Amino acid sequence: MDLALGSLHVQTHQPDHTLLMAELDKDRLRRWLSLMSLIRAFEEKAEDLFSRGLVHGTMHLSIGQEAVAVGASSALREGDYLLNHHRGHGHCLAWGSDVDLMMAEFLGKETGYCRGRGGSMHIANVEKNNLGANGIVGGGLPISVGVGLSIKMRGTDQVCLTIFGDGAANTGAFNESLNMASIWDLPVVYLCENNQYAMSMPAQKAFKIPTISLRAAAYGMPGVTVDGNDVLAVYDAVRQAAQRARRGEGPTLVEAITYRWRGHSKSDRQLYRTRDEIKEWQARDPIRRLARLLDMEDDELDEVARQARARIEEAVAFANASPEPDVSTILEGVYA
Amino acid sequence: MREITYVEAVREALSQKMSQDPTVFLIGEDLGVYGGAFGATAGLIQQFGDLRVIDTPISEAGIVGACIGAALTGFRPVGEIQFMDFVTLSMEQLVLQAAKIRFMFGGKARVPFVLRMPAGSGTGAAAQHSESLENWFVHVPGLKVVMPSTPYDVKGLLIASIEDDNPVIFVEHKLLYKVKGPVPEEMYRVPLGKSHVVRPGRDVTIVATSIMVQRSLQAAEQLAKEGIEAEIVDPRTLRPLDDEPILDSVVKTGKVLIVHEAVKMSGFGAEVAARIAESAAFDYLEAPIRRLAGLEIPIPYNRTLEYHAVPQVENIVAEARALAQLKV
Repeated sequence: MDLALGSLHVQTHQPDHTLLMAELDKDRLRRWLSLMSLIRAFEEKAEDLFSRGLVHGTMHLSIGQEAVAVGASSALREGDYLLNHHRGHGHCLAWGSDVDLMMAEFLGKETGYCRGRGGSMHIANVEKNNLGANGIVGGGLPISVGVGLSIKMRGTDQVCLTIFGDGAANTGAFNESLNMASIWDLPVVYLCENNQYAMSMPAQKAFKIPTISLRAAAYGMPGVTVDGNDVLAVYDAVRQAAQRARRGEGPTLVEAITYRWRGHSKSDRQLYRTRDEIKEWQARDPIRRLARLLDMEDDELDEVARQARARIEEAVAFANASPEPDVSTILEGVYA
Repeated sequence: MREITYVEAVREALSQKMSQDPTVFLIGEDLGVYGGAFGATAGLIQQFGDLRVIDTPISEAGIVGACIGAALTGFRPVGEIQFMDFVTLSMEQLVLQAAKIRFMFGGKARVPFVLRMPAGSGTGAAAQHSESLENWFVHVPGLKVVMPSTPYDVKGLLIASIEDDNPVIFVEHKLLYKVKGPVPEEMYRVPLGKSHVVRPGRDVTIVATSIMVQRSLQAAEQLAKEGIEAEIVDPRTLRPLDDEPILDSVVKTGKVLIVHEAVKMSGFGAEVAARIAESAAFDYLEAPIRRLAGLEIPIPYNRTLEYHAVPQVENIVAEARALAQLKV
């Protein structure tokens, strides 16, 4: 498939859908669809809670990007590591996180993953090797080098999945990290979730090259661009990258081209793009695309969405019933 | 007791800790065959191999990120920043990641690593290789800041820092590397967060850090010939700061001079002065608190200018004498 990015045309890696559909049984793909729907329902509820003034902080919604989160996580296994960025609710849910604890964290409750200290941008679950979302663009990239080194020194076949955006690919941390991971053949999968805007800066203005994955060549690692709204394509590319990492052959840069349907954060008036552009990408809805692959009828898909929303309502109820952090504990957790 | 140099004590601490704990490794620029810019890691690559003495490209943010990632997943890395000046290139990883991860994640993660770095002027290395930036880190909750002034302390504090479960900024001074002193051969710890009295005295308290402890000791010898007995307190750990020995000393002498190499404005001395002013020791002061610190300039190249940019023995003698002789 050719993706038009402004004046640039990008040739993407084409997975063999028939082969993948044959290999992945339908039940598994249905679970992916449910997960993508759960992510969307979480984000829509987050937006709803925010618009009703029930959320203290900001949020960065990943509506439209669900295939990246689910495709990538599904290509990994138990015991692998995740480092992600602050548009990260989807990655976290796809990693198998508890929706209740996530919603509680989003609402700043003591029962949340980070006891309400982290909030939307810093959800982590170190016990499950989810090493956290990052509020700093590119902030997780150098940390991935250490996780990769740690895996290599322990001699396990774990992999570190590091997800970052197109904006992060222009930071100095990107250069240092990809180079170090490559020279040491570290088992890291660098997944650039290119949603085409670093806040308001379009990728086509921020890069002089047609695809970010081209940069892989500069570090001596494979680079591949996939359609990030095609969950099978993301799965296939990340799986191949993970296999290479497990074989000790080093990192890969995977670029998934996708699009965020909402603004950057709560303050965004979206003056930098057109309604038509948003509509065009909404027509490429990753959830509907997977439903079509599964030959699902609209009412079936509606039922999946209804179940997802119901689960999210339970999470909101859990969070609402949870206690606020006690001010007497404010100093806890700075030092070990 | 056997005497070795400060840099030998650093190397011995690293070597002994690496032998004892397989999760300790070194990472930084030119640590291996080169042995570190100041020789602190000389010979360690032969002893432990290149998987535990890791040479990196010129990537300071990458070095600190590598420490964080490995620390989060079970290791106790010791990173080296070749000159403290270059730590500015890794500030995001140190201040926004390492220092905050534990708190941000609700106290459910640990980031145990040490970041060693040589600081200070006196080598003719000029403005970008002579910084004393310790107080930048003292201002960051989540970090610990250690600044050893003797071969004995540097070994014991480094071992204790590696064993600490938090990110520790470990500031060595270039001019101290060749200073010799008694150091036990076996492993021992100097606990973090413990100030101590280096030299007892009754007339004036000198609170000094790093190389200024050595200079204050020399100053105290000269002052003693004049009948002035200076008491020297070395905080050793700047964050967390154990201020009790400082306050006790001020109560005893009633006069205090604070000496450090970093510039005076908002320097560590300001914190020490404020602690004294806020405490019961304030009532015992017989003279205003004095600070002696680096001038408000970058470190100049010219030998004479460089010498005058930071406190020297004669400046400490003059300040302490003036304080001691002040009649109240």
